Amino acid sequence: MDWIVAHFAELVFFYLAAIAVVGAGCVVIFRSPINAALALLCTFLAIAGIFVLAHAELLAAVQVLVYAGGIMVLFLFAIMLVNVRALPQQPQFMRRLVPAAAVAGLLLAGLLVVAMWRVGQGPLADPATLTTAEGALVGNTQAVAWSLFMQYLLPFEVVSIVLLVAIIGAIVLGRKETAEEGA
Amino acid sequence: MGAELIVIAGKLIVLATLLLTAVPVMVWVERRGAAFIQDRLGPNRVGPWGIIQPIADSVKLLFKEDLTPAGVNRWLYFLAPMISVFIAMLTFIVVPFGDGCGVTILGQPLGSLMVASELEVGVLYLLAISSLGVYGIVLAGWSSNNKYSLLGGLRASAQLISYELSMALAVLGVILATGSLRLDEVVAAQSGKLWNAVPQFLGFVVFVVAAFAETNRLPFDLAEAETELVAGYHVEYSSMKFAAFMMSEYMNMVTVSALLVTLFLGGSTLPGVHLEGWLGLVVSLAVFLGKVAFFMWLFVWVRWSLPRFRYDQLMRLGWKGLLPLATVNLVLVAVGVARGWTWI
Repeated sequence: MDWIVAHFAELVFFYLAAIAVVGAGCVVIFRSPINAALALLCTFLAIAGIFVLAHAELLAAVQVLVYAGGIMVLFLFAIMLVNVRALPQQPQFMRRLVPAAAVAGLLLAGLLVVAMWRVGQGPLADPATLTTAEGALVGNTQAVAWSLFMQYLLPFEVVSIVLLVAIIGAIVLGRKETAEEGA
Repeated sequence: MGAELIVIAGKLIVLATLLLTAVPVMVWVERRGAAFIQDRLGPNRVGPWGIIQPIADSVKLLFKEDLTPAGVNRWLYFLAPMISVFIAMLTFIVVPFGDGCGVTILGQPLGSLMVASELEVGVLYLLAISSLGVYGIVLAGWSSNNKYSLLGGLRASAQLISYELSMALAVLGVILATGSLRLDEVVAAQSGKLWNAVPQFLGFVVFVVAAFAETNRLPFDLAEAETELVAGYHVEYSSMKFAAFMMSEYMNMVTVSALLVTLFLGGSTLPGVHLEGWLGLVVSLAVFLGKVAFFMWLFVWVRWSLPRFRYDQLMRLGWKGLLPLATVNLVLVAVGVARGWTWI
């Protein structure tokens, strides 16, 4: 019992991490797009849980709000409009890409190993930075706001403009040529 | 540690009881209210004024045959009503539904009666969890293997996505004026001045309209337009599974009314009233319930007074009407905060 209390955070972490990894695997394995989308949803929620565990509450809330509540709903929306019930029975195509996928996967795995080894060399990030700004103890939200709008203001604004351009581009590309203004 | 757990468990029990009791009461209010508005009697045979009618209804629903039509996706068909109820019950834990007034139980101060009083990101949590509610509807619509269900589910999700934006923008105005994401601080910030509904009247109106759309109520109940879709996303559901969707709809109404009261109408406070101890606690609870009850009645009132929107009208109102209004409100509040206007 004492052991469980002492290691509770670790147990929860491994539980969530297992869900995230299994969910991510299922996204690739499942043949029905709906099931794959729901597996991805599980992964997103598990990652949000891990953020909570790391005391990054703002990030967790935003993760659920943006990914689980926004983007995945749009995914499902698009998937449901095509006839997905017939898809799992159809033969899989693009088998020729399997070697390419394997090579890309191995490269990614190698990159991850190197990155984790490199991180392991130096000291880990100080958890206190999650709740401090200007040396004062504040909430997680304020700390994120301070670093986002003071330290990283320029990159933040640049990303905003890039996203705006992407949105306008998507609208222009998605418009039908024949559609008239106000029709 | 132990006392803390007991207090939190106590708050949870009170909350769950209130929420679950609100459902049958609201069903009764809705049926009697509809009858009143349409100048007829309504259910008045079971118990005095028909007040026992919801119990008879729920017994009927429990004993109805639980059908599973052919060709459904069994897992999702089973899961969808559960998701709906689960999400509807989960959202309430960040809402301060009273004022502790310094009352302590087992040495634990009650604070503002929020269950998750440690959570910094209250409003965001609420928006995030309620944005998951759409999965229940979408999955119900899709897994039923029925064209009408699917159309209902798709309509509901399009509607929720469209109106969530305006709603979130209206909430942002309040957050900006408060300077905190915690709902108890939103309430506290309103106690010394005008309620947010007055300086942020635009945001208030946008939020009320979006609340109707978010709960799939008339005039925005396109997802269950019976004249076009038989019944909508729950066509194929019967028995307690159908009741689960009903329950989640009414619980969502309670939550959104409570959020409305908390964000724009001073939560459990009354201007000029400051009571201490148990009396203050009971009065604050009653004030909160009274304010929520008003908005619940508004839901019924509007439902039986207004006709349903057409789909393109719904989308036009959401994107061309509410979204610009909410943005204007946000800009006004931002200017006010930047200039240091204290009344905003």
